[in-house]
Amino acid sequence: MRIAVLVKEIPDATVRKRLDPRSGRLERSGERTLNPHDAHAIEAAVRLRETPSAAVEEIVAVTMGPASASRALHRAVSLGADRSVHLCDDAFAGSDLIATAQALAAALERIEPDLVLAGQQSDDGECYALGAAVGEYLHWPALTQVVALELRDGRVRCARQAEYGYDTVELELPALVGVGDALNEPRYPSLKAIMGARNRPLETLTAADLGIALDQVGAAGSRARWVGVKQPARRPQATMIEDRDAEETVARIIAWLDERRVI
Amino acid sequence: MADVLVHVLDHDGQFNKSSLGALSEGARLAGELGGEAHAAVIGGQAPCAALGRYGAARVYRAGGPAGVAQPVVDAMAGLMREGRFACALFGGGLLGHEAGAALAARLGAGIAVEVTATGVRAGRLVAERPVLGDSQISEIELSGPAGIIVARIGAFEALDRGAGDAPVEDLAFEPSAPATRVRMIEHGAQRGGEEADIEAAEVVVAGGRGLGGPEAFALCEELARAFGPAAAVGATRAVVDAGWYPYAAQVGQTGKTVAPKLYIAAGISGQIQHKVGMQGSESILAINTDARAPIFEFTDLGIVGDLHRILPRLAAALRARGDGR
Repeated sequence: MRIAVLVKEIPDATVRKRLDPRSGRLERSGERTLNPHDAHAIEAAVRLRETPSAAVEEIVAVTMGPASASRALHRAVSLGADRSVHLCDDAFAGSDLIATAQALAAALERIEPDLVLAGQQSDDGECYALGAAVGEYLHWPALTQVVALELRDGRVRCARQAEYGYDTVELELPALVGVGDALNEPRYPSLKAIMGARNRPLETLTAADLGIALDQVGAAGSRARWVGVKQPARRPQATMIEDRDAEETVARIIAWLDERRVI
Repeated sequence: MADVLVHVLDHDGQFNKSSLGALSEGARLAGELGGEAHAAVIGGQAPCAALGRYGAARVYRAGGPAGVAQPVVDAMAGLMREGRFACALFGGGLLGHEAGAALAARLGAGIAVEVTATGVRAGRLVAERPVLGDSQISEIELSGPAGIIVARIGAFEALDRGAGDAPVEDLAFEPSAPATRVRMIEHGAQRGGEEADIEAAEVVVAGGRGLGGPEAFALCEELARAFGPAAAVGATRAVVDAGWYPYAAQVGQTGKTVAPKLYIAAGISGQIQHKVGMQGSESILAINTDARAPIFEFTDLGIVGDLHRILPRLAAALRARGDGR
């Protein structure tokens, strides 16, 4: 079987993230990296490949993003993907959730995977919802935030925590599964894998390649439009204590509890 | 098309609090649009007519397995296609995000998630959505055949207006192809068992990954005991998923929402999913070795230090005070 893994390039955790005050889009300056949640999805695919009964023949990393996003694909390959597909076209810029999902679904229809894996969220967009929209465009069952998964007889059995406890749900393949971080602990890639990643096949696709009309993607194809920004009401800044002497720190905590009449 | 369709989740005959909040907000928004709020209950057993009290002018009830998004999408898409609804609203949580996103894709509708306020501006739906770790709020205008809004957990208060029962209409719908390929095997298993009443506690001592391992929860339990019988131990989703502590103690999205007098966050980084479950606490004390942890953005007293050194000493200091009284 073939597994496709959806990945995203995001600003590095050390970069102070900002919105462009004119467009409301995330500014793309500064160091960028693979969304850390996606590493769990790649690791899940690699572990399935290591399970002989799953008979995984190929793992394909897929992203949509500007030219720089190819580095996220290199990273995905170093973590275990065999090849990658990059949806790269100026027409994609500014796509909202459904325009992005539609383009990714069109690419997945070409790749023809049996299973699509995605991370639980992107560290910058914090949407949690892309996987379900991609599944809908593919007319496939989709389930997200999965913390245990098992393949058997053309089905994937998933466990996840939902609103009222843990659910076990079975999906018939082909299907999309969004994995939760608790599913696994991603391995670090070897130096050899990092060096070799650039030499693995990387296919670049435009909107035209995918047969997507230009008014279906980007700002033109988006139905959610950023129109302004507000500052939230914030809790007053915390009083901070750098702990050097635990006894003294505890005395200060007790004084604070007294002051707040908690004890 | 001025009505608002609100998905209302239920379990064990009880309606979800965030769903009831979304219904109240839906009724308010419908008023702004000049229409009514209608509720959709799929796979539930709770008394639907009672949703009238929270602002539903009509309730649609449909069968289907609880806990998965596909029947919700199928049932609501059918109603939305009738063209009466300007907006579909979800109370948030895991199912709300999944069903909302799939519904938006099926209808080609604009969607905003994690929404904390809604309104109408120049005839268009506008949703407010906190971004970048809640440091800013983006205003998102939704267009298309309808707008899909997924609320943030607890963003809207459930207002019991004391209105009478709403008429309930049973809804039949044809399951879509994806719905026929999803099977619920087990629903709502309580991992770890053991009832912990963290919602009623006055003090919650919560632990996260920073505890380092399940055994360190003993430190949280010791501190909770030192506060007395009105204190309880809470946990983050990450450590519950890892099996360190029972699900019943989980604070945050897909867990419980608490607002105690004092919330102590020990070794908790402060993901948004956790924040939504505890930000209503009167006083918040956080202990974390990482001075840049997001938790310190919504803390009253922040300790940058090792919880393993501080928690036992704090428990001892509280016990000493108790003895001195």
